[in-house]
Amino acid sequence: MKSKSKSTLIRSLALHGLLAPLAIIWLFPLWMMFVFSTMPDYGIFSPGIILTPSTGFMDNVRNLQADTNFIGAMTISIVVAVIYTVLSVLLTSMAGWALARYRFAGRSGVIGIILGTITLPYSVVVIPQFIMVARDFGLANSWVALIVPPLFNSLGVLFMRQAFSMMPGELFDAARVEGVKEWQIFLRIALPLARPTMAALAIILFLASWNNYLWPLLINSRPGMMTAPVALGTLIGLTRVSWGGIMAGAVMLTAPILIIFVLLQRHFIAGIAAGAIK
Amino acid sequence: MRLQNRSAYAFLAPYLLVFTAFWVWPIIDSFLISFQNTRVNPWTFNLPLNWGRLFGDPAFYNALQNTLIILIVQVPVMITLATVMAVLLNSPLLKARGIFRFAFFAPVVVGEVAYAAVFRLMFNVDFGIINKLLGGVGISPVSWFADSHAAMVLIIIAVTWRWAGYNAIIILSGLQSIPEDVYEAATLDRVSRFQQFIHITLPLLKPIILFCVVLSVIGTMQLFTEPYLITNRGGPGGGTETLGLLLYRQAFQSTNFGYASAIAYTMAALAVVISLLNLWVGREAK
Repeated sequence: MKSKSKSTLIRSLALHGLLAPLAIIWLFPLWMMFVFSTMPDYGIFSPGIILTPSTGFMDNVRNLQADTNFIGAMTISIVVAVIYTVLSVLLTSMAGWALARYRFAGRSGVIGIILGTITLPYSVVVIPQFIMVARDFGLANSWVALIVPPLFNSLGVLFMRQAFSMMPGELFDAARVEGVKEWQIFLRIALPLARPTMAALAIILFLASWNNYLWPLLINSRPGMMTAPVALGTLIGLTRVSWGGIMAGAVMLTAPILIIFVLLQRHFIAGIAAGAIK
Repeated sequence: MRLQNRSAYAFLAPYLLVFTAFWVWPIIDSFLISFQNTRVNPWTFNLPLNWGRLFGDPAFYNALQNTLIILIVQVPVMITLATVMAVLLNSPLLKARGIFRFAFFAPVVVGEVAYAAVFRLMFNVDFGIINKLLGGVGISPVSWFADSHAAMVLIIIAVTWRWAGYNAIIILSGLQSIPEDVYEAATLDRVSRFQQFIHITLPLLKPIILFCVVLSVIGTMQLFTEPYLITNRGGPGGGTETLGLLLYRQAFQSTNFGYASAIAYTMAALAVVISLLNLWVGREAK
């Protein structure tokens, strides 16, 4: 018994001895992002090693705002992410419901196309998407361009389909016997039951929209219609720019999502794990 | 049956519309565009133009080579690290689990631009914390942005930092679905922990690890933001230019959509081939 607890102790020490340095390395860039965001540029570009925050965060926010309208870009990002998330959850829930609960002509065809193309790289569609939205529809630098094309994402359909198909069918049949209309069954019975799945999906979609870079970079490149990542990206690589300001922007982009992550970690992880495993 | 058709398509229609317009049709369209001369107005079909150019273009081979090198080094390193993270996080002996989970999973939610900016500062040649720390242990400063080998290493480090936790989440959920009693039997038979890991855990995890490999191959194949922002548009001198970056420059800077579409389809084909190869290797060894 004694030797067992001793070996457990050794294993515990080895475990933490291995994991703690790794965790410190992993946290280091996030910590430095925060530290840089509080330092003036002459502090960031000084020969000494500085690992603790200073007090200049608000100065850096002002520097950033002088370089680009970051607050405006943040506002666009928030509005886009919220509208996108609501629309995408709604569309994919409806589609998932249809695929889970109805037998209809073309059902296996639709599922086949979704599953068969879900792993194709986004690069394959980005050029025609751009040509269609910018040239054919003339919608570059618009809200529609930011929100609508990314709604194609089919992960949510599979996600919601799974949730709906696990619900007991008698529930819906009973309602049908009572004469409840199909859309009411969906809205009043199925959706409330699928709330946990919708929450996990919403978080993943919000995150995807908030961090989306390539598409907004291509389609909304006009100052005043840029999202926050795009606005921040335009500053990286410029010579006369406040790096403290860029870091303050990075913190403003990252902190809200990290807080959401900490608060809703379980949903986040469920979303990533389930989305991946299907 | 008729009623079911009507109801089903009423629910499906809005999504199908977006899905067809912005996913299914573009997949077909970019294939068609890759056979067109897009530098004349209106565009005309010219079957060998772009594909012929592709296979003789040194810029394409450079980008292909860089992408494959990153892929071959980064994906195995990251998946191994993610497996280690997941296994250790799953240990019942672990204290302060929440902090460790936060450390490894937080990069998953950090945006590409934000992390690219931090990595540029951290790896700054003269004032970056990394070179200062390396100096502390007697290593002379590395020119992370001027030396193309160092720049490739930097890209690999950055991508690994960002995505290892993502894969660890998936692998961890796989670990947690392995029933306890499998190990109990092995423990009774005095099979060592390490042996248990090699002979029980890894084989059971194999499908999930393979899945992570496939996902990572597809992701790394399209690598764009890191070489675009961290190593300054694929610098030094194309040293970190990837296929994703080449596609971007051809399509959106040179507005040569036809050639860029040929590059896009090459990326897709490579991703599919490498994924299938992985699945085939996985099946073979079973």
